Amino acid sequence: MSTFWSLWIIVLTVTNLILIYWVLMANRKVAVSDDEDPENKTTGHVYDGIEEYDNPLPKWWFQMFLGSMIFGVIYLILYPGLGAWKGLLGWTQINQLEREQAKAVEVFSASFGRYTDMPIEEVAREPGAVKIGVRLFGNNCAVCHGADGGGNFGFPDLTDNDWLYGGSPEQILKSLVDGRQGQMPAWDTILGEEKVVAVSEYVLALSDQAHDAARAAAGKPVFEQNCAACHAVDGTGNQVVGAPNLTDDIWLYSGTAAGIRQSVRSGRFGNMPAQKEMLREDKIYLLAAYVYSLSLEADE
Amino acid sequence: MKNHDIVEKNIGLMVLLILVAISFGGLVQIVPQFFLKETTEPVEGLTPWTAVELEGRDIYIREGCHVCHTQMVRPLRAEVERYGHYSVAGESVYDHPFLWGSKRTGPDLARVGGRYSDAWHKAHLYDPRAVVPESNMPAFPWLFDNILDGEHTAAKMKALRAVGVPYTDEDIAGAQEAVQGVSEVDALVAYLQQLGTLLKQKR
Repeated sequence: MSTFWSLWIIVLTVTNLILIYWVLMANRKVAVSDDEDPENKTTGHVYDGIEEYDNPLPKWWFQMFLGSMIFGVIYLILYPGLGAWKGLLGWTQINQLEREQAKAVEVFSASFGRYTDMPIEEVAREPGAVKIGVRLFGNNCAVCHGADGGGNFGFPDLTDNDWLYGGSPEQILKSLVDGRQGQMPAWDTILGEEKVVAVSEYVLALSDQAHDAARAAAGKPVFEQNCAACHAVDGTGNQVVGAPNLTDDIWLYSGTAAGIRQSVRSGRFGNMPAQKEMLREDKIYLLAAYVYSLSLEADE
Repeated sequence: MKNHDIVEKNIGLMVLLILVAISFGGLVQIVPQFFLKETTEPVEGLTPWTAVELEGRDIYIREGCHVCHTQMVRPLRAEVERYGHYSVAGESVYDHPFLWGSKRTGPDLARVGGRYSDAWHKAHLYDPRAVVPESNMPAFPWLFDNILDGEHTAAKMKALRAVGVPYTDEDIAGAQEAVQGVSEVDALVAYLQQLGTLLKQKR
């Protein structure tokens, strides 16, 4: 704050306090001494013979008024308020926040932090860690993956032990820290509608669903030429690039004929946001362990 | 002493003195803010909304998002823990009007940029219950049908430039072309994904 604006605030505030004090005192009537003078007992207003008494301010009101002024002066000395004056206590809303955060980190590093030195496989079996994980998941992940981790259209189910990018603790942690960008391209302009339909029928055949045999046969070479690079020749996918297994009955988008055609036509660009700049490491670690624990349940 | 008689019998004088009395608060608390570095200078890296984001912001206002969602993370631990870095005035210097809001029915959106994927935002705007079963947010399906023509975008940017938003002539010239044909939902999501991305703090 520049000196001018600091002075502006100080001068106006102090002037205001002095003026208020002057208004109060200049118009104050002290009961006993003034009332002995009959001239002073009334305001002098007479309406139809009715006189208006000029009574003193109620004592409680007057004292509270003075009290609030004294409070104001003490406040302005202790806390920032008078321009650039920082106050004797050195308080700011930011250092109060930082004090509270430091206190919280101390508490959390005792409860969260004790797990960060353990391997994720072990943390996932700690009831205390899983309990924290449930809460963190509910606050940060549930909006997309569902409160139970069961996923949604376009947002993977985390409980079925079927993984796009791998279900090892390291891969789960990486998914959380760096995020994941799905990159299934749109094929409609490259293949044309006829081949899109054919290759979709072939994908239906791969996953043992009802399909048009002739079209699926036509789609096989199209698949091997264009799709196998990511989804593998047998359609079982590749976790290195996040290409899903097309031979099972788990579908991130839709496994119907129309749904598969739509995925091939327009592509799919799922996006797991990277958490590394948003969440603290100890939280991400506990979340990774919790997500890993979900798949343990699926195994058992 | 009957000083107050003088004031009470001269209404013009009374008006004047009332104005003096009530102006102190504003002069001390409001006027300096127009000139302080903290409130008038943009934070590092702040750029004006692009044409599409600007239209998205206007859709945000039109649909009344600010009635239920604030854009102001207060410097309180619980809020910083939930939303991220507290808001600073320098983030809003190009916003006319700012959308800090005063009541939260839904969560604060000051740091929503990058939190969720575009696909999530679209699913959520089309039918909030599809992704958050307990949500009571209204659905906005018409945003998917309405296509922007960008007819007024350049005029809006000119108006904003007049109040100090540093749009260049190229920004304004290219505004209609950038906006034309974009669906309202895409513009709104583009706006949401930029909110609060300049100040980062781990939660």
